[in-house]
Amino acid sequence: MTTLQAPAAVEGRPARPPKRDRRSWTGWGFIGPFVAVFALVFLAPIVYSIYLSLFRDQLIGGTTFVGLDNYTQALKDERFWDSLARVSLFLAIQVPIMLGIALLIALALDSGRLYGKDFFRIAIFLPYAVPAVVATLMWGFMYGTKYGLVGDINSAFDVTLPDPLSSDLVLASIGNIVTWEFIGYNMLIFYSALRVIPNSLYEAAEIDGAGQFRVITAIKLPAIRGALVIATIFSIIGSFQLFNEPAILRPLARNAITTDFTPNFYTYSLSFNGQQHNYSAAVAIIMGLITMVIAYVVQLRGMRKGA
Amino acid sequence: MSSTSSPVTTASQSASAQATGGSKGAPRLRTPRKTHVPGRPKRSVLLTVLTGLILVYTVVPLLWLVISATKSQEGLANSSGLWFSSDFALWDNISETFSYNDGIFVRWLLNTLLYVVLGAGGATLLAILGGYALAKFTFPGKRAVFAVVIGAVAVPGTALAVPTFLMFSKMGLTDTPWAVIIPSLVSPFGLYLMWVFATEAIPTELMEAARIDGAGEIRTFFQVALPLLAPGTVTVLLFTTVATWNNYFLPLIMLKDPDWYPLTLGLDAWNNQAQTIGGDVIFNLVITGSLLTIIPLIAAFLLLQRFWQSGLAAGSVKE
Repeated sequence: MTTLQAPAAVEGRPARPPKRDRRSWTGWGFIGPFVAVFALVFLAPIVYSIYLSLFRDQLIGGTTFVGLDNYTQALKDERFWDSLARVSLFLAIQVPIMLGIALLIALALDSGRLYGKDFFRIAIFLPYAVPAVVATLMWGFMYGTKYGLVGDINSAFDVTLPDPLSSDLVLASIGNIVTWEFIGYNMLIFYSALRVIPNSLYEAAEIDGAGQFRVITAIKLPAIRGALVIATIFSIIGSFQLFNEPAILRPLARNAITTDFTPNFYTYSLSFNGQQHNYSAAVAIIMGLITMVIAYVVQLRGMRKGA
Repeated sequence: MSSTSSPVTTASQSASAQATGGSKGAPRLRTPRKTHVPGRPKRSVLLTVLTGLILVYTVVPLLWLVISATKSQEGLANSSGLWFSSDFALWDNISETFSYNDGIFVRWLLNTLLYVVLGAGGATLLAILGGYALAKFTFPGKRAVFAVVIGAVAVPGTALAVPTFLMFSKMGLTDTPWAVIIPSLVSPFGLYLMWVFATEAIPTELMEAARIDGAGEIRTFFQVALPLLAPGTVTVLLFTTVATWNNYFLPLIMLKDPDWYPLTLGLDAWNNQAQTIGGDVIFNLVITGSLLTIIPLIAAFLLLQRFWQSGLAAGSVKE
């Protein structure tokens, strides 16, 4: 990038004093290292991925160029669509619940009406520091109908709760783990945004005699719209990338969690169990495009309402 | 995310417009009747109890982990999850966790520390330098850099994992620590946070003054900028540390040799071993190992509260 733009910049703006021009390049000295590593671990894999997706590795004939064949195959692939439907369902239910509760706690903390506010804030945030592996192992144990908490409840009250790891419930059980992991993190994002609302707004509302509810809907929520949109986008990306929790839970629920449970799980299985790197790349790119489009639409819609 | 910064300002402006606009309709009579002391709302027991329910939800699993770590393999099967069993086996569990399989857990712990020091430390350093550049310099291609980095945040990181693996495999980097460290070096979120933080924290006049005094760019950075960036640095360091310490997918793909596993992968391997028929059942070690894995991070978050919370608050100014 540096070498490409250098002549253009000089030719394009000959009037600029050379000293100033040289000076403006010092910024590159600071951002250069980031950009270099970024190019290696973000841009290069994207380019390589696109390249891979255009080929096919066959037993007879070796690697051949197949154009968009992998993409048309993926668009007709039921396993891919099923996995996409599964994460979409997850997204539609888990994300609103998680963000909704996180927002309510943030508002409660910000209202100043809680006893022990600081304790609540830090304790609810703590699960964020727990690795997905540990969180999933922990909940996996607790879900156990024999020795887990579910089993304890069953024997204590002489009931038979449904198995959280059965194929009907496993998606909800995973949703619970993800909610547990990220509720505090999102709460903190909202809370930080609420803290910087200028006091003058509240004073104005006070003078107007606005009630608590009105203050929330007219001042607080519009003011933290940016944080809400960002948290939503991160959650969408997270849902579409779902992999860790189902992968770690799988040994406990082999029949309920298939290797194509989520799109990401599917591309992983294609690549590492099936050696179908080219097809896997095409599926990953389609998934990436879908994610980016949805994230972009959410950002546009979320922001337009504010304007 | 610069695009997000301005609409938010408009959002809060429109909020203030709404609030003042609402004054026309609101009954002014009510104002004098208010006996409410501004800034000190009355505390509510009901609200505290309701929030307490969520607290129970977040804390009970951690409590379960602590209690379960005190039980032997038999105790786990024979006692209720939320209370201690008759035998207190915590110390036995800990020493067995560290000694099992020739102390592989210690090796995993050291690997994790290596990945955190080089990966998260490096990511923080690159984020500080980059954020400083974005905040305090204009340079050719700045907009392009910004757009590409922000766009990349929306690219599902795991979608890149397979091509990154294939690339690293050709470069002979897979199954070495570098395969985990190099991708950890880039944190777009960290860059964003440092950019926002540097914009707020470093007065441009101070940099000008340093330059007039004859300080070079490097000296200006180290002696003027870096000290002012300390709270932001702690925040970014903490969040990149969590990302590296908790990383699972990347090492899962890159590493085959258990000697290079981080803790997360090692615990997963122990758990899988226990689930396999004929495997050595060591759930007590999986649980104790899990507890040992989360203690350092929880301690770091608790001890560094003051720093990272102020850093996050500054980050949300721009949000």
